[in-house]
Amino acid sequence: MSIWEYANPKKFIATTTPLIPWLFGAAFACLAVSLIWGFFFTPDDYRQGSTVKIIYLHVPSAMMAINVWAMMLVTSLIWLVRRHHVSALAAKAAAPIGIVMTLIALVTGAIWGQPMWGTWWAWDPRLTSFLILFLFYLGYLALWAAIDDPDTAADLTSVLCIVGSVFAMLSRYAVNFWNQGLHQGASLSLDAEENVADVFYHPLLLSIAGFVLLFVGLVFLRTQTEIRIRRARALIARTGRN
Amino acid sequence: MIALLVRDLRLAVRAGGGFGLGLAFFLIVVVLVPFGVGPEAAILTRIAPGILWVAALLAALLSLDRIFALDYEDGALPLLATSPLPLEAVALIKALAHWITTGFPLTLAAPALGFLLNLDPNAYVYLLLSLLLGTPTLSMIGTFGAALTVGLRRGGLLLSLLVLPLYIPTLIFGAESVRRGAEGLDANTPLLMIAGITAGTIALLPFASAAALRINLR
Repeated sequence: MSIWEYANPKKFIATTTPLIPWLFGAAFACLAVSLIWGFFFTPDDYRQGSTVKIIYLHVPSAMMAINVWAMMLVTSLIWLVRRHHVSALAAKAAAPIGIVMTLIALVTGAIWGQPMWGTWWAWDPRLTSFLILFLFYLGYLALWAAIDDPDTAADLTSVLCIVGSVFAMLSRYAVNFWNQGLHQGASLSLDAEENVADVFYHPLLLSIAGFVLLFVGLVFLRTQTEIRIRRARALIARTGRN
Repeated sequence: MIALLVRDLRLAVRAGGGFGLGLAFFLIVVVLVPFGVGPEAAILTRIAPGILWVAALLAALLSLDRIFALDYEDGALPLLATSPLPLEAVALIKALAHWITTGFPLTLAAPALGFLLNLDPNAYVYLLLSLLLGTPTLSMIGTFGAALTVGLRRGGLLLSLLVLPLYIPTLIFGAESVRRGAEGLDANTPLLMIAGITAGTIALLPFASAAALRINLR
């Protein structure tokens, strides 16, 4: 019994199919509870007023935006080293989710920033590095879309993903160096002296759990779709034209 | 290796267009900026470092898709891949040839254009140094992008989408060092950062480029 068994597409589909409804159910339960709790049953922040409540969308989506790229990096490496097709397809399946998460983080950030800083967009390190991350996702997806042969596409996008990760890290620090910005410190961190107050903290954790569950469910579903598209293509190729 | 370099340089000079195109583009962008923002000298002095760097970067971008495309079309690239020269070295030489034909002339032309933009006199040294250190990275990253997109139809547009985010750190440190030089601040840190990025890309990206080429030639 090893994790590599799930590199078999059939085994992957058989294992994940029964999990998907549970994942989506749990995700929606978490999101519903945390968002309702967050929006209606937490007090207004003493400085930021009710705008602080956007945190329940902003922080989890920003976390996911980065973590999805990290997951794509890992699956790309697995594809390059061990040539498991499911791994490459999972990276492909994750990218559109990542781009949506980045977009949610950027948009909610702008909506939050307008009343707080008086501007929709400030060229602040964190905003800017997220914009760069967004561009990386765009390039990654465009490269997938541009190449016809699926194995070549998987190889090239994996190489791009690895190089892009290095430069994404670099950009992160370069942007910090370039401009000291307005953004408040991290809301959550393992080594911080204090995180956000408990009233906000508990629904936030629940909402993050909801986002993670939703992401895992979506990746399973989308990877299955990619596998089935691949199978359909193989069938078409075997039976001749169209 | 040297033969390949000489061949690439000759081709670049003889094929026309490619060699002077970047420089002409650089000149035109710099000429257009005062029309766009107005001719006040104080404003131009303030934005000159950033404009010069952005224009140099875009000019370098212009000729990237020629790095491998011509060799791919006439079948020289598979020959290069099967030659005793490792593909990593080919990528490095291609980047070097691109730098000699675009990055280096851009660096030499930049002070003259800085003059047009009323750049602060203190900044010229830093402009030259930062471009000299930074443009090799632009060529190296561009070679990687060109290796990824070689053989694709409409690869040029995709190439800029892939390459521009990778250019951002170099751009930030480059423009920052010129700006600090103009304001009389210490500009060593950004210069060292550019040097570090350049060293890193020259050390690592030939391998990534060669990997991408191998996949594309498979």
